[in-house]
Amino acid sequence: MSKVTTTAKKEIRIRHSKYENKRTFVLLSMCLPALILIFIFNYIPMGGLILAFKNYDYSKGIFGSDWVWFDNFKFFFKSQDALRVTVNTIAYNVVFIITSLVGALIIAVFLYEVRSKKLLKTYQTMYFFPYFLSWSVVSFIVFSFMEYDYGILNNILEKLGMEPILWYSEPKCWRFIIPVLNLWKTIGYNTIVFYAGIIGIDPTLYEAAAIDGANKYQIARRIMVPQIGALIVMMALLKVGKIFHSDFGLFYIVPLNAGSLYSATDVIDTYVYRALVTGGDTGMTVAIGFYQSLVGLCLVLLSNWLVKKFSEENAMF
Amino acid sequence: MVGNKSRNGRISSLIVNIVLILVALACIVPVMLVISISLSSMDAIYETGYTFLPRGFNFKAYEYIFRDMGQILTSYGVSIRVVLIGGFVSVLFTAMIAYPMSKKSFRYKKQVTFIVFFTMLFNGGLVPSYMLMTNMLQLKNTIWALILPYLISGWNVMMVRTFFQGLPDEIFEAATVDGCGEYRIFFTIVLPMSKPAIATVALLQVLKYWNDWWLGLLYIEQDALVPLQYMLYRLMNNISEMQRQMMEGLGLGAETFPTEPARMAMAVVAAGPMLCVFPFFQKYFAKGMTVGAVKG
Repeated sequence: MSKVTTTAKKEIRIRHSKYENKRTFVLLSMCLPALILIFIFNYIPMGGLILAFKNYDYSKGIFGSDWVWFDNFKFFFKSQDALRVTVNTIAYNVVFIITSLVGALIIAVFLYEVRSKKLLKTYQTMYFFPYFLSWSVVSFIVFSFMEYDYGILNNILEKLGMEPILWYSEPKCWRFIIPVLNLWKTIGYNTIVFYAGIIGIDPTLYEAAAIDGANKYQIARRIMVPQIGALIVMMALLKVGKIFHSDFGLFYIVPLNAGSLYSATDVIDTYVYRALVTGGDTGMTVAIGFYQSLVGLCLVLLSNWLVKKFSEENAMF
Repeated sequence: MVGNKSRNGRISSLIVNIVLILVALACIVPVMLVISISLSSMDAIYETGYTFLPRGFNFKAYEYIFRDMGQILTSYGVSIRVVLIGGFVSVLFTAMIAYPMSKKSFRYKKQVTFIVFFTMLFNGGLVPSYMLMTNMLQLKNTIWALILPYLISGWNVMMVRTFFQGLPDEIFEAATVDGCGEYRIFFTIVLPMSKPAIATVALLQVLKYWNDWWLGLLYIEQDALVPLQYMLYRLMNNISEMQRQMMEGLGLGAETFPTEPARMAMAVVAAGPMLCVFPFFQKYFAKGMTVGAVKG
């Protein structure tokens, strides 16, 4: 009797595991197309990072090239470029994070004052508009402002009786223009995220504060901002994780790759690209990319760890 | 006292509205400037420079462009093909990998999730990818160079997976009991129930492909494969070349060709149509950010 049941159970278990195996197989087959693409376009390039430690010779191939270990890194870090592009990349990103978050926060708080639904929608649509423009289209817009003979900025300078400026060869100006463009392009997106956070706050909090005699500024400062504090921190840390990367279009396409602007526009991404197209030392360009990715990874892990400490539910992983 | 307070309120709401309007203008007016230049006459531009409202209003620049549409039409064709193929395949493959990842009972859930997730943290950088595309895969100057690299994004996969996890379990159980295979469940139950997530990914990918000049810059040298945004980039960097080609094509002299308006008109023709479409879908783009929780 008991023997029968055990064999029956065994039978069921075998059939069940057969079914499970088949199901696992089917599910894996669904992953396959994406996994193949990820393997080719994400993991093979990671393998290519060994070139950072080699003196790449086209005729010898990737594996045949000689090992030089850390020479590529040494060469890059000894050059003056390393410091310049690293400082530029980080400095711009820090400015971007502060301006875009503060700007979006102010606009979101202001938007909360708008009662008319229609007006609100109109504002949001307009703020979002630059988000849909590609950098190559933006470069036409910027050109319309900065062109030497006909550009809007020189028109204004002329009317004020001042000398026109050669905008595409004044690096000083671009240190200001680039953050403005970044703010302009991202404000709609960030504003909507913050606004969604603010309308999620319990309105009785404002009512209570208003009865206690708080003015609008106090309400914004003491209630709104702290209430969406976790959201602000999360947005900031997401951006901190990318502090070693920059938007290539903003730094290369919009300034028209003008050589005289490099001191203000050269960031790690544009430096690597330029080295690639001018046929620079392959080993060194790979090494720079490796340095960028590795520091980026550390920053993501660090910022995620910080978020976790700060508020568990907002951590990315 | 009361009057004072309401006056303060009015002043503060005035300030709020002024700021909001100024920011809105700052977002829209620069785009209007490009349109205005494209509609101005060359004489007026020589005289007063670019202006926010067109001077010497005319459609000459557009007439010239429409007479010699060759490269624009080609580039539209390339961009539309890339968006259609890329958008469709991308959504399909993203949803297909996201579905097993959303199932608790999937044996390799952890491994697959890690493989996807790690691509969001670390990458090989530009040069190895470039060598892969040009040397190993020989994809330079093919349309696939414009499509393949963007097909799967870890961020999108995670977003769709999170959405799938929120679907009620009972439906899957019922379907399994009824003898439905996983593919059938996926196509007939999961996909139709996930329209918001699918639409979000589709729109994000369409915008990404449509606005991309980067892959063109890296991998495309043939005119026949230049996508729109990369065409604009080349135009901005090489206006004299375009001018020469168009003047030759139309048999015009340098003095009659409206260089500045034509340049801006090209930008309007190339970028305009989609820019009128995207704002209608803005809520999906905003959602893409907030749904993107990666945990689990």
